Amino acid sequence: MTEYFRSAIDGIWAHKLRSMLTMLGIIIGIASIIAISSTIMGTNEQIKQNLIGAGNNAVTVKLYQGEYELQLEYEQVPEGVPVLGKEVLEEIAEIPEIQDAAVFYQRNAYETVYHGATGLSQGTMLGVDENYMRVYGYVIRAGRDFLPEDFTKMRKVALIDKSVSDTLFLGANPIGQTIEIKGEPYIVVGEIAQSAAFTPVINTIDEYFTYMDSSGGKVLIPMTTWPVVYQYDEPIALVVRARSTEAMTEAGKQATAIMNGHFTKDTGEVKYKSENTLERAKQLQELSSATNRQLIWIASISLLVGGIGVMNIMLVSVTERTKEIGLKKALGARRRMISLQFLTEAGMLTCIGGILGVIVGVVLAFVVAKISQVPIFISGYIVVAAVVFSFVVGLFFGAVPAVKASKLNPIEALRHE
Amino acid sequence: MIVELKALCKDYEQGGLPVPVLRDVNMQVEQGEYIAIMGPSGSGKTTLMNVLGYLDVPTSGVYLFDGVDNSAATDEEMAKIRNEGIGFVFQTFHLLQRQRAWENVALPLSFRGISRKDRREMAAEALERVGLLDRLDFYPAQLSGGQCQRVAIARAICTAPKLLLADEPTGALDSKSGLQIMEIFDSLHDEGATIVMITHEMGVARRAGRVMHIRDGMLTDGAFSAHTAGGDIK
Repeated sequence: MTEYFRSAIDGIWAHKLRSMLTMLGIIIGIASIIAISSTIMGTNEQIKQNLIGAGNNAVTVKLYQGEYELQLEYEQVPEGVPVLGKEVLEEIAEIPEIQDAAVFYQRNAYETVYHGATGLSQGTMLGVDENYMRVYGYVIRAGRDFLPEDFTKMRKVALIDKSVSDTLFLGANPIGQTIEIKGEPYIVVGEIAQSAAFTPVINTIDEYFTYMDSSGGKVLIPMTTWPVVYQYDEPIALVVRARSTEAMTEAGKQATAIMNGHFTKDTGEVKYKSENTLERAKQLQELSSATNRQLIWIASISLLVGGIGVMNIMLVSVTERTKEIGLKKALGARRRMISLQFLTEAGMLTCIGGILGVIVGVVLAFVVAKISQVPIFISGYIVVAAVVFSFVVGLFFGAVPAVKASKLNPIEALRHE
Repeated sequence: MIVELKALCKDYEQGGLPVPVLRDVNMQVEQGEYIAIMGPSGSGKTTLMNVLGYLDVPTSGVYLFDGVDNSAATDEEMAKIRNEGIGFVFQTFHLLQRQRAWENVALPLSFRGISRKDRREMAAEALERVGLLDRLDFYPAQLSGGQCQRVAIARAICTAPKLLLADEPTGALDSKSGLQIMEIFDSLHDEGATIVMITHEMGVARRAGRVMHIRDGMLTDGAFSAHTAGGDIK
């Protein structure tokens, strides 16, 4: 076998420029496929991270009416929906897929929160327990976190995020300031932000609307003080952190089942549902992959053209080496040996082309990643597949010339000038 | 008996009609014989060589090679016979320019699956017999015509063939180099090789133990005559 490799390398090296030009089609094809697949997978990874949060795996379970969240501002909570509190967490903790969980109340903050005459026109009011910050991946940017006494002593303290701080305090330090929530004074004790791992990367306006709708404008108060502002019997929402991204769907399903199990009456369309970010991520990934997958087909055409180029050059090579083939056959080379020689050369040609293509593709992927801010994602599987595929292209398109060579009549081949 | 041809005929198709090239050829070559075949161009001597060398198959008649009738051999079996039983020396050497001298010599050995190391040793032995041991790693372009033909002879003998076929081995060489080549054939003959050689040159033919003449596809055994030895005389 080493004979064939030696001869193939010799053949390729003997015509460096020609071999290089022949490989070009393969190089371009493989490079585009690598770059495109890296972009697809990088984008998918980004979507997943944006929606799910790297390492966070939070699933929210909220009360829905049909397809939409039940809006307490406009709708009555039907009879039968249980009034649950922190005690439900004990049941939730039994679910093996769930690592951590928190309960909270939620309301729209529109025309609810004021600092002096300045009010919030959008945002979310949240009555949270001690776990909420941890489960959702929030960190304190300034000031302090809620203390256990804030909950037990029902202190009217609040945490706000940057968006709320900017709106209400116009850049001034909000810590220690008083805000009014439905007329009740609350003291801002800290400013929160989502941890870096949980912050979406926003490149386009579309992505902004995709990811930011739930990210801005949050006012957190201890859930024990929630009845001060709203009612004591409001339905709670749940956020759980699954043990892994893959377990998110199951964790959400189990948690939802427990929540719905507490219903005392059939409430029709009103039910707890998990907001399945994993599913949503998959849908978005599908959408972005679908467009890019077309590009792979286009890139494959250049591989096809490259393959035809290889066939063409191998046919020329067979003609050029007619005499050599004739001599080898006269000296007793079998047909298999002759065809293997040319197949090896064609396969090696495209294999080298494939490897060079991978290198160019990786460079290209880095450039694309740099320009579009999409994370680079090159899987070893794709790289190996690309090289193997280009090798197969060589064998496929080398087959015709190889068989042609092996069928040459030695007498005529030797006479060939 | 290395070669025995009985009533051998070879026709070629031309425009749908068979053109006879070899007609009723009878020939016997004993072990260790050195035979020169002379004949004008177009007389069928190359075709005879091709048939003897299993590069071509006869239309009719019998060819016994070392007592065996291989008429039913497939292409692949013929390749094996060529590789193991026959050594070819061509007029234009037919060396591979991109291979070293020893690699050229070892070419037929490479079709037998012999390791590269062993091939080099066997090639070196053969090159020693033609006096070119010191040119082992030279490329054909670095060798003279005579040296190239000696490499080609080494290639033919390194497989220890039963029959050595030479097609005008001195045809492309100057007379001095030609003489050297003939001396090599003489010594191979002395060592017991069976040689069938096509030649145009009387001086070359005279060295052979037996000279045969071919004309219009008919082979005649016999001593020299000015008439036949002259070549293309009409």
